Amino acid sequence: MGRVVVEVMPKPEILDPQGKAVVGALPRLGFTQFTSVRQGKRFELEVDGDVTPEILAAAQEAATTLLSNPVIEDVVSVVDATEVPA
Amino acid sequence: MTPLSGARIGVITFPGTLDDRDAARAVRLAGAEAVALWHADADLQGVDAVVLPGGFSYGDYLRAGAISRFAPAMTAVVDAARGGMPVLGICNGFQILTEAHLLPGSMIKNDHLHFVCREQSMIVENAKTAWTNQFQAGQRITIPLKNQDGQFVADEHTLDELEGEGRVVFRYDGWNPNGSRRNIAGITNERGNVVGLMPHPEHAVEAGFGPASAEGPRAGTDGLAFFTSVLSSLVGA
Repeated sequence: MGRVVVEVMPKPEILDPQGKAVVGALPRLGFTQFTSVRQGKRFELEVDGDVTPEILAAAQEAATTLLSNPVIEDVVSVVDATEVPA
Repeated sequence: MTPLSGARIGVITFPGTLDDRDAARAVRLAGAEAVALWHADADLQGVDAVVLPGGFSYGDYLRAGAISRFAPAMTAVVDAARGGMPVLGICNGFQILTEAHLLPGSMIKNDHLHFVCREQSMIVENAKTAWTNQFQAGQRITIPLKNQDGQFVADEHTLDELEGEGRVVFRYDGWNPNGSRRNIAGITNERGNVVGLMPHPEHAVEAGFGPASAEGPRAGTDGLAFFTSVLSSLVGA
C-alpha cells in the first residue's frame, strides 16, 4: 500500500493566530527558547499499489484544489512516503 | 403568509448548517417564498436568488466552507451567480463563497482566538448591490455577529482593488471584532449580485426578536432590508 504525504502551511504573510497562541503557551511550560510557532497541516493519502508519477500528480492537484486554499496557504510538499518493509 | 412578490428565494442546507430556518423566515417576512434547497441536489428548483446561511457546514473540517464548496448545489450556484443570479452568503455562507472563488479573500481564525457573539454595528459602504439597495450609503446598522473564523484576509493588491471598485459593502463600526483587514465586514463581486458578510441579517428581521435599537430592547430589524433589497432588484431586473 502506497502513501503520499502532503504538507500545507499558512502563507508567511498571513498571521497565524493558532501558532501565536501556541508560542504564548510554551514559556508557561518552561520552553523559553522558541520565539515563533507556525501551525500547518499534514495529510496522509493512501492508495492501493505503488505511488506512481500519475498518483503523485493527482495528489498535487488535490493539494492545490481542496487540501489548501491558495489565498491563505502554501502547499510545501507532496511526497511519496510509502513505508518500505524492513 | 402569502408571498407578496411572487419571488422564490432558495436557502441551502448543508450538513452542519444552523441558520437555514431563520434565513427562510427572513425571506418570508420580506414577502417572498422561501424554497428549501439541499446541498446534495444540483437542482436549484428555478429559484430567483439563493441564500447560503450560517453554521458550521461539515464541522468546519479542513477549512470553514472548504468541503461545502464542492457540494452539487454549489456547482449550480456558481453557474447561476456567474449568470447574474443574486446570492447572499452569511457567515459560513460567506466562507463558502470565498472557497468557491465567487468572492476574493478568505477567513481565518479571529485574531483574539475567541468565539465572538455580539450585537454588531457596521457601516453600509455600498448601497447599490442586489442585497443592499434599500439602505443608504453611510448608514449605520446593527445586526448580530457570531463567529470563530471571522477574520477577513486578502493580499494588499486585492484589498486595494476591492476598495477602489467600491466592493467593500460593509465595514465594522467601532471595535473590529475579529481583526479583519481594513475593518471589512462584507464584500461584493464586480457585478454586485453576490454579497458575503460575517454578521447575520436574518437574526434581525422582526421586532421583539432582534438586537437592541433606538426603539427598545430586541426591537432592531436592520436585517430585513437585505431581503427586501433583493426583491426590489428582482422586480427591477
